[in-house]
Amino acid sequence: MTTFNLNGHTVSAGSPDDAPLLWVIRDELGLTGTKFGCGIGMCGACTVHIEGRATRSCITPVGAVAGANVTTIEGLDPDGRHPLQMAWLELQVPQCGYCQSGQIMQAATLLRDYPNPTDRDINAVMAGSVCRCMTYVRIRKAIKLAAERMAGANRS
Amino acid sequence: MMSLASQESRPGSDLTRRNFLITMLGAGVMLGYARWPLNAAAAMLSTPNTEPHSAPEQLFEPTIWYEIDRSGTVTINIIRAEMGQHVGTALARILADELEADWGKVRVVSVDSAPKWGDMITGGSWSVWQGFPVLSRAGAAGRITLIEEGAKLLGVPASSCTAHNGAVNAGGRSVLYGEIVARSDLRRTFTSEQLQNIPIKAPHQRRLIGRDALALDVPSKVDGNGKYGLDAVVEGMVYTRPKVPPTRYHSKVVSIDDSAAKHVPGYLKSLALDDPSGTVPGWVMVFAESFIAASRAADLVRVTWSSGKAATVSEANIQNRSVELIADPKTGSLVVDDPGVDAALASAKRKIERTYTTSTVMHFALEPVNALAFEKDGIFEIHTGNQWPSLMPPILAKALGWNQEKIVLRSYLLGGGFGRRLDGDYTVPAALAAKAFGRPVKMVCTRADDMHFDCPRSASTQVLRMAWGDDGRVTAMEHDAAAGWPTAVMAPFLMPKGTNGVLFDPFSISGADHWYTVGAQRVRALRNDLAEQTFRPGWLRSVSAGWTNWALESFMDEAAHAAGVDPVQFRLQLLNGAGRNAGSAPNSVGGAHRQAAVLARAAEKAGWGKPTPKDVGLGIATTFGQERRMPTWTACAARVHVDRTTGRVTVEKLTLVIDAGTIVHPDGAEAQVEGGALWGLSMALHEGSEFVNGQPKDTNLDTYRVLRMGDVPEVEVEFLPSTEVPVGLGEPGTTPVAPAIGNAIFAATGARLRHLPIRPEAVREALARPA
Repeated sequence: MTTFNLNGHTVSAGSPDDAPLLWVIRDELGLTGTKFGCGIGMCGACTVHIEGRATRSCITPVGAVAGANVTTIEGLDPDGRHPLQMAWLELQVPQCGYCQSGQIMQAATLLRDYPNPTDRDINAVMAGSVCRCMTYVRIRKAIKLAAERMAGANRS
Repeated sequence: MMSLASQESRPGSDLTRRNFLITMLGAGVMLGYARWPLNAAAAMLSTPNTEPHSAPEQLFEPTIWYEIDRSGTVTINIIRAEMGQHVGTALARILADELEADWGKVRVVSVDSAPKWGDMITGGSWSVWQGFPVLSRAGAAGRITLIEEGAKLLGVPASSCTAHNGAVNAGGRSVLYGEIVARSDLRRTFTSEQLQNIPIKAPHQRRLIGRDALALDVPSKVDGNGKYGLDAVVEGMVYTRPKVPPTRYHSKVVSIDDSAAKHVPGYLKSLALDDPSGTVPGWVMVFAESFIAASRAADLVRVTWSSGKAATVSEANIQNRSVELIADPKTGSLVVDDPGVDAALASAKRKIERTYTTSTVMHFALEPVNALAFEKDGIFEIHTGNQWPSLMPPILAKALGWNQEKIVLRSYLLGGGFGRRLDGDYTVPAALAAKAFGRPVKMVCTRADDMHFDCPRSASTQVLRMAWGDDGRVTAMEHDAAAGWPTAVMAPFLMPKGTNGVLFDPFSISGADHWYTVGAQRVRALRNDLAEQTFRPGWLRSVSAGWTNWALESFMDEAAHAAGVDPVQFRLQLLNGAGRNAGSAPNSVGGAHRQAAVLARAAEKAGWGKPTPKDVGLGIATTFGQERRMPTWTACAARVHVDRTTGRVTVEKLTLVIDAGTIVHPDGAEAQVEGGALWGLSMALHEGSEFVNGQPKDTNLDTYRVLRMGDVPEVEVEFLPSTEVPVGLGEPGTTPVAPAIGNAIFAATGARLRHLPIRPEAVREALARPA
C-alpha cells in the first residue's frame, strides 16, 4: 500500500510497491490522461510531475512516490486552462493527441526552468517527448506563445 | 460512439451511461478529478439521453448522415476514424456549409461499425475526397427541405426564402431550424439517387469550406480527457498480454510453462489461442487481474513453439528475392505497358539504369495496439481504435464462430493510425481471449509486442531505366518495383489486373505510374513472396508513393544530370500534359500541368538556382500524391547541410507547395502536410529496421530511431488556390521529402544515395566513392 498525493488529493494504491506509477494512475486510480507509449522512458507519453519535476511514470515504481505530490495532466490546472493548454488550443497543436498530455507536462517544467526558452532549450528539454504525428513545429510555437503569455501575466 | 460538440457547453451533461456499463474506475470519479460530464469522452462511452433531445419523430433526419433536433442542434455522423486529421471537423464543415447550419450548433459523432454506413475505411487520404460529394449533397437536401417548410411557417413562397446560419429568412423575418423541426412535419428523406441529382453551391457561395475553425477533437486532447482504445474499460474485465510467437505464420505451441508466473499476484492463467481465421496462429495469452500482473507474468511464462520456416529469414534474403524477381522478365504484373520500350532502350543514344532500395519501416504508432472484447446479450463488442472497422467482422466471425451481424466495433480515438490500424488483426486475439476466458478481456500489447506484431512497410527494391533518342529527347522509361504486398494479404478484393492479366497491389506500385511524358513507358509490379511468408506487409503512411517516389524522383534527378539539364527544367519539360497525362474531369482536371505548376512554385519559393553555402544543397522532388485517380499535386524543396566528416545530414528547411483542389479546412490541411512531410523526413534519415531471423530487429526506442524535436527543420507549406475537387492531404506531404533530401545531398556534395534510410555511414561511403 502506497499513499501519495495525486492532483491535490490523498490517495492510497494497493498495487505492489514496484508497480510502475503509470499503471497505478491509469488502471487503479482511473486517470487515463497519462499514456503508455514505450514502457522504457524514451517516448515521454507517460510524463507526470513528481514534486514538480517531469518524470516518466512508466519507469517510476509507485513505492518511490510515497508521500510525494504527483500531478497528472488532469491536475495541471483546475480548469484545464493552463497557459500551455490554452496555447495548444489556440495553435491547434494536437493531431492524434496521444502524446500531448506528456508533451504539455514536459513543457510545463520547461517553462518553470526556462521562462523564456530558446530553440536550443526547447530541443534539449523536449527531446525525450516523441510525437508520431510530428506536431513538433506547432509544439515549439505553442511553448513560445505560452511563455510570452506567462511573462505578460507576471509583468501585469 | 463518441461525440464532439462545437459548443462551449458540451452535450455531456445530458448523457447517461450505457446500461451494460462502462465504468470510470472508482477513484477518479469519487475524488472528483475527472470532468467526465463536461467532455466528449463521456459521450463516447454513453448514449444520448432522451432529455432534452427530441424524441425520434421530432428529429429531422433527411439522410443517414445527420439529424437536426428541436433545439437546432445538428448531429453529424462520422464514419471515418479520428486519428489526428480532424476528419470529423472537415467532413462536418462540408455538410454544414451546404446545410447553411449554425456552426456553433454542430456536433459530430464517431459512429460504431454497422453495415448501413457502407465501407468504413479511413485510409488512402480518401476521406474528404470521398466524403465531399456525398455530404455536400446531403447538406443541400436538408437546406432545401428546411426552406420549403420554413416558407410555410413564414407564409411566403419558398422561392422568396433563403437559408443562412441555421435559419430560413424571408423579407426581414426568419425562423430557426430548430423551430422548423419542432413545428413542421419533416418526414422527408432522400434516396441516394435523389441526392445525386441535388445541385450544390458554387464555390463563391461557400462560407465554411475554405475557412478555418477550431477542430472539434482538439479540446479533449489537451486536458487528458480524450478516450483512446487503451482507455476503454468495462466492469469485470481482466487483462491479457500476448506471448507473440517467433514467426507470423506456422508457429505452433508445443508447451506452456507458467510455474514461475504463478507467483505473480493477480496472475490468472495462460491459454493458447485456437484461431480458425489464421490471423494469430501460435498466440498464447497471459491473463491477470491487472495489466501489470499480466505483463510481468508474461515475462515469466515460458512457451515453446515449433516455428515456421520463416524463422531464419533476413532482410538480405527478402531483398535478394526482389532482385531475383526483377531479373526475370516473365514475372510480375504490367501496370503500364506501352509498345516500344525494349526497342527504344535497345536503340538508345543514351540510357541509364539505377537501382534503389528501402529498408523495412515500422509503424510505431505511439499507442501500442490493444482491444477490449466482450460478449453482451449475444453481441460481440470490440472496443478499440481502428481505421477499417468494416474489414474485421467477417474475419472475427470466422475466428469466433459467430454471426458477423452480431459483431460490432465501437469507436475510439486512435493513438496514431498511419496505416497500422487499417489492419485490425489485433482485434482477433482480444476477441478469442474473451471467448476462451468467458469474461470481458482487455488485451494490451507492450511496445515490444506491438513491434513484433507490426505489419511493417515492406523493404523494397526498384530498378529504373530511361532511354534518350538521337535528338536528345526521352524515348522510353521503365520502372520495376518489388516488395511484399499488403493488399494481397489483407484485402485481395482491391487488386486490379495488369495489362498481362496478373493481379497487382495498387498500393505497392502507385507513384511509378507517373504523369511525366517519357515516350514508351513500362511499369511492372512484383510481389515478393518471401516477404509475405515472413511477415504481414502493412500499409504505412503514403503507402507505395512513399517509396516508389524515392526511386522515381531520385532517378529523375540522376537522369537530368545525365542529360546535362537542370533537374527542375528537365521535369517541367516532361510534365507537358500530353496524351494520358492531360488529366480529366472531375478529379485530375489540368493533369500534368498542375504538377508542373507546384514544381515551379516550390523551386521559386526555395530559391532554386541561387548559390548555397559550402556543403549546403537544395534538392527538389515532385509527386502526384497517392494515386492517379486522385492526384494531389505536390512538390518539395529540401535544403540540407552535409557534414563531410561524420556523414551527418541536417535538413534545414522543407518547402512544400501543394495543389489539392479545394481546401476544406485550411489549418487542418496545413497540419497534415507538416506532419506528413516530417514523416517523410523521419523515414528518409532515421526510420528503418531489418528482419533478423524472421522478426523485426528493432522493438523499441532504444534502437529504433524516430524524428524528435531537435531534428525538425523549418517547414513552409503553400497551397495553390483552386476550386477543383478536394483531394487527399494526409499522406501526399510524405511522398516527395526523401528524394528531395537525397537530391539535396547530391547538390551539396556530389554524393548520390540510393538507399533509405540515409545513414551517416552511407553518406561517408558515397563521399568516398569516385564520382
